[in-house]
Amino acid sequence: MSTFLEVKNLHVSFPTEDGAVLASNDVSYSVALGETLAIVGESGSGKSVANLAVMGLHNPQRTKISGSAILHLPEGPIDVLSAPNETVRRLRGKAMSMIFQDPMSALHPFYTIGDQIAEAWALYNEGSKADGIKRAVEMLDLVGIPDASKRVHEYPHQFSGGMRQRVMIAMALVNNPSLLIADEPTTALDVTVQSQILRLLADLQKEFNMAVILITHDLGVVAEVADRVSVMYSGRVVESAPIDEIFYNTTHPYTRGLLNSIPRVDNNGIGTRLKAIPGQPPSLISVPKGCAFEARCEFASHVSGGLCHAVNPDLVEKAPSHFGRCHLTGQQVIEIANQNNGVK
Amino acid sequence: MLKYVSQRLFYTVLLLLLVSLSVYFIFDLLPVDPARLVCSKNCSPALLRDTRHKLGLDVSVIEQWLRFLQGLFIGRDYGVAAAAIHCPAPAFGYSFSRHECVSTVLSHAFPVTLSLAVLAFILWMTVGVSLGVLAARKKGSIFDRVSTVFVLIGTSLPTFLTGVLVVIFIILKFNLVDPLEIGNWSNPLTDPIGWLQTFIWPAATLAFAYAATYTRFTRSNVIETSSEDFIRTARAKGLSEKVILRKHTLRAALAPLVTLAGLDFAGLLGGAIITEKVFGLDGLGGISIEAVTSSYDLPIIVGTTIVASTFVVVANLIVDITYAFIDPRVRHA
Amino acid sequence: MAENILELQNLKKHFPTTSGGLFNRQKGVVKAVDGVSLSIGVGETVGLVGESGCGKTTAGRTVMKLYEPTEGKILFQGEDITNYSRHQMMPFRSQMQMIFQDPFASLNPRHTVGTIVGASYDIHGIKPAGGVENAVRDLLERVGLNPEHINRFPHEFSGGQRQRIGIARAIALKPKLIVADEPVSALDVSIQAQVVNLLDDLQQEFGLSYLFVAHDLSVVQHISDRVVVMYLGKVMESAPTQSLFSSPRHPYTKALLSAVPIPDPKIERARERILLQGDLPSPVNPPAGCVFNTRCWKAQDTCRTVVPEPVQIAPNHILACHYPEPAK
Repeated sequence: MSTFLEVKNLHVSFPTEDGAVLASNDVSYSVALGETLAIVGESGSGKSVANLAVMGLHNPQRTKISGSAILHLPEGPIDVLSAPNETVRRLRGKAMSMIFQDPMSALHPFYTIGDQIAEAWALYNEGSKADGIKRAVEMLDLVGIPDASKRVHEYPHQFSGGMRQRVMIAMALVNNPSLLIADEPTTALDVTVQSQILRLLADLQKEFNMAVILITHDLGVVAEVADRVSVMYSGRVVESAPIDEIFYNTTHPYTRGLLNSIPRVDNNGIGTRLKAIPGQPPSLISVPKGCAFEARCEFASHVSGGLCHAVNPDLVEKAPSHFGRCHLTGQQVIEIANQNNGVK
Repeated sequence: MLKYVSQRLFYTVLLLLLVSLSVYFIFDLLPVDPARLVCSKNCSPALLRDTRHKLGLDVSVIEQWLRFLQGLFIGRDYGVAAAAIHCPAPAFGYSFSRHECVSTVLSHAFPVTLSLAVLAFILWMTVGVSLGVLAARKKGSIFDRVSTVFVLIGTSLPTFLTGVLVVIFIILKFNLVDPLEIGNWSNPLTDPIGWLQTFIWPAATLAFAYAATYTRFTRSNVIETSSEDFIRTARAKGLSEKVILRKHTLRAALAPLVTLAGLDFAGLLGGAIITEKVFGLDGLGGISIEAVTSSYDLPIIVGTTIVASTFVVVANLIVDITYAFIDPRVRHA
Repeated sequence: MAENILELQNLKKHFPTTSGGLFNRQKGVVKAVDGVSLSIGVGETVGLVGESGCGKTTAGRTVMKLYEPTEGKILFQGEDITNYSRHQMMPFRSQMQMIFQDPFASLNPRHTVGTIVGASYDIHGIKPAGGVENAVRDLLERVGLNPEHINRFPHEFSGGQRQRIGIARAIALKPKLIVADEPVSALDVSIQAQVVNLLDDLQQEFGLSYLFVAHDLSVVQHISDRVVVMYLGKVMESAPTQSLFSSPRHPYTKALLSAVPIPDPKIERARERILLQGDLPSPVNPPAGCVFNTRCWKAQDTCRTVVPEPVQIAPNHILACHYPEPAK
């Protein structure tokens, strides 16, 4: 698989009256064609912020961005963070597309969905308005909207949430992009509709050999569709590995905490307590000097000399293609966890 | 849609009937006897009774109102026998202070008011919307701050003050308009320059306050719409900022302006009382204020009230239909 | 079995839809809740689940009498409160409390935490021993907040902390029943677990009963003793949690469970999914017969014409389906 997007040392901050909010702090990740990278994190972890920066969708007047994000296009690599705005704009919708969490508000309420899809198509294709609508009908068919040739003339409010997300997908893919960034695409939808949309995304990815970045907070969704996972906490990537490594050889205490804190529908947990992570994430304005997770980490006491408090660990390879940002080795984390479980 | 419109028209007529009826009742409650005012100084009880009969005030309020309705459709005669004056339909009444049919009075006053309203409307829409859009696009810039000052002055200065200032400085001090020409009616088709000279300053005075409100409204709507998810979608598609502003932001941001503008314009068609007074224009506002304050000329008051409320309710209807065309969500609701 | 705290008998809540205009004629009716029966015992948690538009939130609010029920009965500790006036409800208000989904919108931003939590005492004219302020401090400490923060305003707290404030307010008067409407769905996963555990602890400590309204089946499974599954205003299936999750009998329950992703890639790969077709039909115009028939893969002609009656198929297990799944 060939790498399509390579993000390196991405910093995104928003200056505010109280100080700069460092929303994305030295973030690196990459995704290859045909691959699904899930970026997991809670609100404020920086998962959306980083990807909006790649798309060039932040307001340049109110955002400071540094680092690089290389798109490996057939005509040569290009760094979208340093390229001129106009160049990046001509990549949006064509080389890279994005769909968003709330399909209810992401479509313009005054235009038919056909018009909105045709508008995206016309940006990069020669043809009449009728050609655009014809293409829109094809796309709607592709994303599984029944009766597409009739519904193409309808307005967003005439569609249900799940159908609108399909429309968004159709619009995002109308110019065959190589990268699709899906920001919490199913969070606003019901579970039965969520599985339809996830299935659709997986099928389309295969069909078009796209690189997909799935931004989500839901580890269940991750387990269902991801090839690789990057876990973010407080603006940083704390663990990054192939899917099975993340779930079965978890090396970072935060990832561990997340996995333990969610109830699962397949194991009857009546009467047991959930293992909650105590406390809450630190403010992004005054970023701790050391590890951002230290205050909530049950493993920090196993690191001597207050290292966790003083030094922010680097993201290092803990096992082949498994990266973690922790002063403990992967092995140590697993041993301590087993010990703790044994004691309890 | 047709059903909706006919339903709305039905309510419109009903509303106008109620409005006219209430004008009659309110007028009846006033502690003034119009007949005594019309009747000359050496008024005898017999003469007063006579006048009252001539004015049609010797019957009950309801009957006065019913006669009024009848006159609207078939015209009406005022006075007795040979001295009777005929006002053709739609007869709003006969003004004994002006010795004219109300419809004639209105037909002279209305073009004045319409001219003022149209000119003011064009001015404030152009200025208000463009200032608002520019201020929103350059939020926080010097230009934005200057426009905020404009909004502040415009909304806080009352029209009678701006009007008087305009009269004193522009007309009297700099002699941009011949003071003797103020308020003179010129037909815009035959004498457009004269028309413009008459109306440009009162219209500007009127537009000043409205433009400020519209600047503020446009600015906040554009800013709010710019942060909508669908604008982010438009950007993610790869559209240029120009297209995003024109096709996506403005369309959504200015839609609510249709409602506001329609109603404001219709309101002005009922007469801009203060501006007309300051500039000595004989529009609907001018004649109604005179009818209310000096002559207690009920037929005039009823006439102007009906005309003004007709404009407001009809404008409401037009605004709602227009809005349904702009916003499909309303159309399908 | 002990006395029920709450019993709903065939509860219905219909909202009229109107034509607008001067006479505002009634055009139709949205059957948001259409015949829900359930009971909650002392110290028991009943989960009410379903997708958006299924009527679970309306049901919860009708129980609280925030909506007037259209039909059916609400029994609180055996007393029929269905038609009680606001005044008659007052004594019950202190015994049944509500926790809301949005911890940002449900707290008055201009009031301090002390005022918000203490308000319950004032409204019901109760003077706690040691004074209101001390009582509020105790409550804050009990829900895991710093009692020193009694004079802070809601915006100074995070989402999870605000939900704790909402919980403190709800338990101030030591209610018997708490209706929790999506209490954790606006919270981040790591915070969600903290709040779920808090609710668990409080139940143990005060012997509370919960009506837990939520769409997240994994949370509902974790916290509930029994679960009621709703679809388009009707109860599809209700059963003890264990049997409902291990052997769902209603096709809808089965599909719903199958749609919930499990955070375990190996299980996910091996899993067989039931993909429901289409979306939820409009509650203004629900399908005839069984409301689920338009999306059900087992639907027969009977399902399109005959409404399946709720039938008790095992102790505490009620099912409304013509062609149920076999028991495991």
